Amino acid sequence: MRVLLMHRDRDFDPGGGLPENTEDLTRDLGLEPLLQAMASGDDFVYEVARKALLDGLSEPEEILYRQRALADCLEEAEVVREIHRVAIEAIEGERKVFVGLLHDSPRSILNRAVQVLGMFLGHLRRLRGLADEHAGSFSSEAFGRFFEMVRRDLSDDYLAEVERHLGELEFSRGMLFSARLGRGNRGRDYVLRVPRRQRLLERLPFGDRSGYGFTVPDRDVSGFRALDELSDWGLNRVADVTARSADNILGFFELLRAELAFYVGCLNLRDRLAARGEPLCFPTPEPIEKKALSARGLYDVSLSLSVEGRVVGNDIDADGKGLVMITGANQGGKSTFLRSVGLAQLMMQCGMFVPAGSFRASICSGVFTHYRREEDERMRSGRLDEELGRMGRIAERIGPGGMLLCNESFSSTNEREGSEMARQVVRAMVESGVRVFFVTHLYDLARSLYDRRDGGMLFLRAERLPDGSRTFRLLPGEPLPTSYGWDSYRRIFDVRA
Amino acid sequence: MEKTFQSILFEDRRAGELRAAEPTFFSDLRLDAVVEELLSGREEYDLAPFFHTPLREPGEVTYRQEVARDLERGEVREVVEDFARRMRAMRECLSLAGKLHHELQKQRWFLDAAGVYCEAVRSLARELPQREPASRGLRALSDYLAGYAGSEEFSGLEEEVRALREDLAGVVYTVHIRGNRVRVDTYEGEEDYGDEIERVFARFARGAAKDHRVRFRDPPELSHVEERILELVARLNPDVFGRLDEFCRRRRDYLDETVAAFDREVQFYLAYLEYAGRFREAGLPFCYPEVSEEVGETRVEEGFDLALAASLLREGGSVVKNGFHLRHPERILVVTGPNQGGKTTFARMVGQLHYLASLGLPVPAAEAHLHIPDAIFTHFEREEGVERLRSKLEDDLVRLHEILREATGESLIVLNESFSSTTLEDAARIGTDLLGRIERLGALCVCVTFIDELATLGEETVSMVGTVDPEDPSVRTFRIVRKPPEGLAYALALARKYGLTYEDLKRRVKR
Repeated sequence: MRVLLMHRDRDFDPGGGLPENTEDLTRDLGLEPLLQAMASGDDFVYEVARKALLDGLSEPEEILYRQRALADCLEEAEVVREIHRVAIEAIEGERKVFVGLLHDSPRSILNRAVQVLGMFLGHLRRLRGLADEHAGSFSSEAFGRFFEMVRRDLSDDYLAEVERHLGELEFSRGMLFSARLGRGNRGRDYVLRVPRRQRLLERLPFGDRSGYGFTVPDRDVSGFRALDELSDWGLNRVADVTARSADNILGFFELLRAELAFYVGCLNLRDRLAARGEPLCFPTPEPIEKKALSARGLYDVSLSLSVEGRVVGNDIDADGKGLVMITGANQGGKSTFLRSVGLAQLMMQCGMFVPAGSFRASICSGVFTHYRREEDERMRSGRLDEELGRMGRIAERIGPGGMLLCNESFSSTNEREGSEMARQVVRAMVESGVRVFFVTHLYDLARSLYDRRDGGMLFLRAERLPDGSRTFRLLPGEPLPTSYGWDSYRRIFDVRA
Repeated sequence: MEKTFQSILFEDRRAGELRAAEPTFFSDLRLDAVVEELLSGREEYDLAPFFHTPLREPGEVTYRQEVARDLERGEVREVVEDFARRMRAMRECLSLAGKLHHELQKQRWFLDAAGVYCEAVRSLARELPQREPASRGLRALSDYLAGYAGSEEFSGLEEEVRALREDLAGVVYTVHIRGNRVRVDTYEGEEDYGDEIERVFARFARGAAKDHRVRFRDPPELSHVEERILELVARLNPDVFGRLDEFCRRRRDYLDETVAAFDREVQFYLAYLEYAGRFREAGLPFCYPEVSEEVGETRVEEGFDLALAASLLREGGSVVKNGFHLRHPERILVVTGPNQGGKTTFARMVGQLHYLASLGLPVPAAEAHLHIPDAIFTHFEREEGVERLRSKLEDDLVRLHEILREATGESLIVLNESFSSTTLEDAARIGTDLLGRIERLGALCVCVTFIDELATLGEETVSMVGTVDPEDPSVRTFRIVRKPPEGLAYALALARKYGLTYEDLKRRVKR
């Protein structure tokens, strides 16, 4: 029994490790509000959403497989939430089945496993019922196959057979073991056997000719303990197999819960954004080589979830661009734009809808962020070291087709040094096939790149109206000699032009 | 024609000559720690006496060196270690056969002991000659084993064990438990219920599932219920259990004395080689010293103190190696230099090298030409309070006198700050006289001292000096090199580093 709602050909792994740059991405892209909205108070959904976002898909086909399943979920939200509940109840029910005092004895392991399986039988029957009733309203490959499997593998005959075996494992007619002589003539290799009915009946009247018997006297406490021990040896394998079966079914429910958690998270987010009137769309994933990126009304979903009212979206046409340099006024929306690009990329690559009117982009082999770390001000001397160290770690992991978002990188040294280092990094990255989005105040850097008039580069500038106010929009434009920090300075210090 | 095999340690076994007690110089040379460490885990063999008994004749030394060289070859050591493992397993079986109380259990453990023994002998007899040992010792052993393993006595034992083990392994029975009733019967092919359960739930199978099997203790003792079951199994199989009983009576003394002695004595080599292996792994050299009876040329390249190296390796430090070369008539090494500069280590090293060579073992050095001393004497300064100063000097002198009386021209004398518990003038005088005596005696001597004069006494004396880093005189190199004593040079260099020379202090104080 497989779930396969997240991937066509493999299980989703919610426990797998997160990428090394998880912390940087979470902080630099502001993932927290997005994840909180998806979780809607459920920690497990939070974990799954984070894992899915940070560990994205790498083929357009895989993305479309999820997009279609998600489209089913948006239509049949209640059925999806109900299946999710069945899984959760099965998992929580299992936790409540008591282990018993001798938790390390095969007898108690077996006993518990039989109880758990008995309980799971109920959940499996519920799942079967939901499949019988609703399979017809789902059209995606993922859900279609899932319901079909449930109806086939959980047939009435099969469920009845399971029930019968759970009864057998109570051993009302005693236990028959085989054994051999091991070291020092001690019995070993105890194996539980299926008794032969007729022979067992022949044996029952005592004093027969086959075999030898004895009875442990009622008051022989250590004798009874020895019998228990012997049964434990003989039941070890069966207890293991039965407990593993219970684990496997539990594993099925856990996986079902995990895979549905992603979709439930998406439903939660959809509900939140719809309530705010923010647009959502299914993006069009393109192959890496196309270097596609064009969007209308692309907004920063985390910002939107954190403020009152709607936020400003940007249009961008960066198809075929390997480098996007972003310059211009402080507080002009540069960082917000950079975040919205990164977030939309992550959301697209995990099969989600994205916060935009329309969005079409090449997938990338990994999103990396290199942001200036303000709090490192206190350790002035080590800042450049620290920055270079982080860039070095990125360089170890990023590859062709990667996306690098830089925000004020190399600003911890003087402009000449910083620009030169940045130029070398940017040039090397772009030439290696990494798409670089670079927000900077380093005029020397931006200007020198602009002067190359390279068609693979796009220069955006934070818009500033003639009256000095910001629109938070980014428009194509060449870098200007100073950032508008001068405005602020002049105002605050009352300096004349 | 090679001699009949007697012992892997002695070409001619000399019974009763082993020393149980540790030689008196063991702790000064830290050989006590070395031997203790290398014997740990091998207590059952009682090997200490072999390490306490040095050889005297170069012929005896080479007999052992040959064996040790053979055992350094992986393919030879492997078969000997395998043999040793089996013999150890055999002793465990025998010990259980002795300890357990049910006769059917005792018998089975005894059978296993005999079985393991047969395998041990058979495999050693087969494998050893194939590995072509070159030593007199192992070749004689091979011959001995060939005769023994080919004997009627041995192959009869082997065959009996094999048949009994096979028949016992073939016994399969069933136990039916219902409440307090137990029945024992012959197994007749009943199906495995675990397989059936596994099949039923196969459709839920996933990758690696948690293993719920419980690991049971496997104590050798049986509960009384198991004993009853075992007795009934014996009743169901009277033939094989009857033969087992008879075997145990008849084969009580199966163990061959010579084989047993080899098993113990070869551990002398294995213990040491295993210990040496740890140093070699860290890149430190061991070599087979050339040995001579007379005091002639003595030469060591890249030697080191084993005890110190052992603790340095544990702590991850690096080991400094030192050498020396004495040409006739040089016989006395006088070691001077800064404190904590490796002088004592050097002296210990010289003592260890000579002693280990006299055990017939490889020594911690890249190259060594050594004289086998007739005795080793050591006198090391001991940490004592000032109040004991006077009596300490007396004790020292008494001890030194004893040494001079007992030592011969063939002896090695190691002196470490032996006259430090008196004034410099007296110490110089005592030292000069003492070394003069040793010189006339003709013994080999290492003398660690802070008295430079002792290093230039005569042509028998060689001056060795502990050195420091020329860039930073507070850093010791632990290298001991042959050169004249350095007098104040070291102290002045150190003073300069801290700006405390005369000129420095004048400049600084003037400001």
